[in-house]
Amino acid sequence: MDVILARLFGGLSFWSVFLLAAFTAALLAAPWFVNDYLLTVLIIILYFAYTGQAWNIMMGFAGQLSLGHAIYVGLSAYVAAVLFTRYGIGPWIGFLAAIPVAAACGAVIGFLAFRFGVTGVYFAILTIAFAEFARIGFDHLDFVNASAGLFLPVAQYAHNDLWRLRGSPTMFYYVMLAATLLALIVCRLLLRCRMGYFWLAIREDEVAARATGIDTFTYKMYAVVISAAVTSFAGVFYAFFYNNLYPENVFNISRSIEMILGPVIGGIGTLFGPILGAFVLTGLAESVNSAMAAFGFDLPGAKQVFYGICLLLVVVALPEGVWPPLARLLRIAKDRR
Amino acid sequence: MTGLLSVGRVSKRFRGLVAVDNVSFDVPEGTIFAVIGPNGAGKTTLFNLIAGGMALDQGRIIFDREPIHGFSADEVCRRGIARTFQLVRPFPALSVEDNVMVGALLHRGNIDVARERAQALLRRFDLFDRRHRPASALTLPDRKRLEVVRALATEPKLLLLDEVVAGLRPTEVDRLVTILKDLNRETGLSILMIEHVMRAVMALASRVLVLDHGTVIAEGTPDTIVHNPAVIQSYLGAEAV
Repeated sequence: MDVILARLFGGLSFWSVFLLAAFTAALLAAPWFVNDYLLTVLIIILYFAYTGQAWNIMMGFAGQLSLGHAIYVGLSAYVAAVLFTRYGIGPWIGFLAAIPVAAACGAVIGFLAFRFGVTGVYFAILTIAFAEFARIGFDHLDFVNASAGLFLPVAQYAHNDLWRLRGSPTMFYYVMLAATLLALIVCRLLLRCRMGYFWLAIREDEVAARATGIDTFTYKMYAVVISAAVTSFAGVFYAFFYNNLYPENVFNISRSIEMILGPVIGGIGTLFGPILGAFVLTGLAESVNSAMAAFGFDLPGAKQVFYGICLLLVVVALPEGVWPPLARLLRIAKDRR
Repeated sequence: MTGLLSVGRVSKRFRGLVAVDNVSFDVPEGTIFAVIGPNGAGKTTLFNLIAGGMALDQGRIIFDREPIHGFSADEVCRRGIARTFQLVRPFPALSVEDNVMVGALLHRGNIDVARERAQALLRRFDLFDRRHRPASALTLPDRKRLEVVRALATEPKLLLLDEVVAGLRPTEVDRLVTILKDLNRETGLSILMIEHVMRAVMALASRVLVLDHGTVIAEGTPDTIVHNPAVIQSYLGAEAV
């Protein structure tokens, strides 16, 4: 335990630990200060922070671009939802069942790609292809109601049932907050172990990594499998938060793209980038939406246009993402990751 | 006699071009062995055949009494042959120390022990002060040394150096030569180097192999090599003597 704590906080200045603690405290206290609408926005922000963090393991650490992460969310969502609606099995057990499913799917994609030397853009296309297979497959799978969608029973709950994930937005908020903080901790530990160093080496230069003795196939497989497994919780959460699953929606490529915007804007390969990116993007997009609503405009698709503008600005002005320059500004730049 | 590394009748063809033709030599344990030759002589091909990742058409490569031809580059490194690249490839965004950490973690899982080892090597190669800088911010001589350090961190029995002093100023050449020579003397590290800079070859190597058009035209001590007529004709040029 001491070793883990030392690894977790080693190299962090008092100031950065303080900022992190203040940030966490603000998030913990948030439900007392915000209305239901804002709380829902915060849940969505944390959801994207979490999925962005999971995606970042593959792209930010190991340098493998996945544009089909919706497949892991979707598969896990369906596994948990089917177990719940058909067999009455709760979401946490469902999560335990979803992890191996998502991980195995990641392993198949990874094996096919890395075994046969599919890299870069072609690897990204392969990940899209798999997500699309899943979307079309589930659209015709009667066992999960095909394109008609799968619904979880919704009722008014007198009290929060954490075990069955039925309850108020506040409960969902704290569940997602815990998951996001846990993902942050896991990612920091991953980066500071042997595997983390090997991932970064592969990301930076795969040929040089091999010449340094790293079995790149194995470590890239670890990256895909771990990223998929971490993502799978987002799927379970998605199913129980939204209570409806349409293949056309959950497996859609826009879901995969939304997932990566946070880390891209926050800073790929950084630990805090995915969290910051989710706040910047979803926070600003919702503000723009409310502002337009207040002025009486109704423009569907405005959010997507806004995403596009944000992405352009970041690519042009802050190619490292928002977090690295902000970290330097806050004087915690020593924490390079 | 079989050395630490034994290359036996190795050939490699690229379609019609015979890049390496029936080359044999031994690198005895604890020696510094140089391969020289004009551009296109097949030096880098030979190097890649040993370092892995390139299949040979004929012959065998024995390292530490085991055949290693056909092994992947990472497997070769884990067996104890570490290499540098002619066009340096450090991990650009990683700090100098983290670059070396990657190598130091190859045979050990403990981060703290690996860091100690990395820092000891960085001190030896005068890179300790720059250990927190990203590798991309280093000058070329520093990056070349960093590559050597990263390779050494994997604890090789044999170090392959691909034109490691090319592009350095004479004072920097001498500095690197001194470090490598000390390392060889103190730890018994064997080195196989491809080199154009005769200043480094003469100072370091105890044996030299000369390649031309893929074939061995001479092998011997540096002194005999520089007076060999065939070598002078094909590579050194008359004015070098």
